[in-house]
Amino acid sequence: MIKAVDVHKRFGAHHVLKGISLEVAAGEVLCVIGPSGSGKSTFLRCINQLETIDEGAVWVDDELLGYVERDGKLHQLSDAQIARQRRPIGMVFQRFNLFPHMTALENVVEGPIRVLRESRDTAHARGLELLERVGLQDKGGAYPSTLSGGQQQRVAIARALAMRPRLMLFDEPTSALDPELVGEVLAVMRDLAGSGMTMIVVTHELGFAKEVANQVVFMDDGRVVETGPPDQVLVNPAHERTKTFLSAVL
Amino acid sequence: MSLDVAHLPRVARKHYGRYVAAVVVVAVLVAIVVSFAGGQIEWSVVGQYLTARAILTGVVNTFVMAVFAMIVGLALGVLFAVMRMSRNPVTRGVSYLYTWIFRGTPQLLQLFLWFNLALVFPYFVIPGIVEARTVDLMTPFVAALLGLGICQGAYTSEVVRGGILSVDHGQTEAAQAIGMTRFQTLRRIVLPQAMRVILPPIGNEFISMVKLTSLASAIQYQEVLHSAQNIYYANNRVMELLFVATFWYLIVVSLLSLGQLVVERRFSRGVKR
Repeated sequence: MIKAVDVHKRFGAHHVLKGISLEVAAGEVLCVIGPSGSGKSTFLRCINQLETIDEGAVWVDDELLGYVERDGKLHQLSDAQIARQRRPIGMVFQRFNLFPHMTALENVVEGPIRVLRESRDTAHARGLELLERVGLQDKGGAYPSTLSGGQQQRVAIARALAMRPRLMLFDEPTSALDPELVGEVLAVMRDLAGSGMTMIVVTHELGFAKEVANQVVFMDDGRVVETGPPDQVLVNPAHERTKTFLSAVL
Repeated sequence: MSLDVAHLPRVARKHYGRYVAAVVVVAVLVAIVVSFAGGQIEWSVVGQYLTARAILTGVVNTFVMAVFAMIVGLALGVLFAVMRMSRNPVTRGVSYLYTWIFRGTPQLLQLFLWFNLALVFPYFVIPGIVEARTVDLMTPFVAALLGLGICQGAYTSEVVRGGILSVDHGQTEAAQAIGMTRFQTLRRIVLPQAMRVILPPIGNEFISMVKLTSLASAIQYQEVLHSAQNIYYANNRVMELLFVATFWYLIVVSLLSLGQLVVERRFSRGVKR
């Protein structure tokens, strides 16, 4: 479903991604782990085209992201086309990024109404369903500033799901949360993985990765060091670098 | 040491400074009132002209000009702020040039330029749509509206730009992640949040604008100061009529301040204090 080939990204002279290649099948959960600065988040942001890539290519459902191939060249897509490519990809951010001037329900229905052009009634009915799914049915009228971090992140997940995504990206979704609030967000994500959603999760929650992931990727210094099922990468890593990282984290 | 101290009655400290300040202020106010009461000014004339037809027309014109010039200023301000922040180097350059020219020249001079445009272009022609003598088009109202509005836009664009910059970039990313276009992101997500930061300075600018409309009296626009002057040229009651104008400026500005309060409350939804 997702295929990345030799993805490079530079910020000025800083070479952040040095050739990332990987594949995720439909229904799979991929967890990306690694030290900070290793390029995990940047790679995730490239999939949603919040960053442009300098070399290489990413396909989602066989559609090349950001470019169209014509006459042996890659032509950059327009903003509108890129916006359309983002629709089936949901994204959850470390800092939640809920719209603070809208209630929880308004956050969730904004995309369906403005982007998918759903009717207000349809969007609201489904928005309430989604809030119920993340355990916040009674918080629809609450503004984000009155919600806890865990509640905000669950609203953010509902907001992403409202766009009926085929792929969900999570960028360190629990890193900004107080420890006792991590569990409620992970529970929602676990439930989502169980429903067959394709997910790429950048995380430091190794327990979650071990339990939910089909595939774990360990990244360091802009490269994929090691990839495989969680039992292998997290329990019996082949590379010395992975071992050092795991022993430092655990 | 007795622990009973913990529950003894408490006496607040005396604020002697406040009493002193109050006495001084009252004394100064009394002095001002007494001197004006004994001065050579006919208060009955002030009262008489307060609701004179020419003055009221002037008040309405002042208000109308302030509102319309501000609308022009806001529209241009948002437009040029967005152009300035665009990735397009041409629009960025144009916006920079606009701010440079209209912020860099006196407003009174700009009013004169617009008002006298007919000297350069005697006829205003858009083939098939408009064909007229520029003197007929460039009335005092139109010249003042253009002069004040366009200049205001140059200032407002910087205020709007500051407001847009104050919105966390994560908001734009979240909007893009749900597939919103740049325009939708701006209109639905960024601008409503920027408004909270933009409104207080805009309120300020609106109030400045009310007073700036008095410049338009120089090109014969019938605003309240112009009306007051016309009357005192005839009857020599200079101070009386200036007080009439003062009164009405304060009224208009007070109304706008109230309006600002209401609008600011509307745009602070979801903000924790």
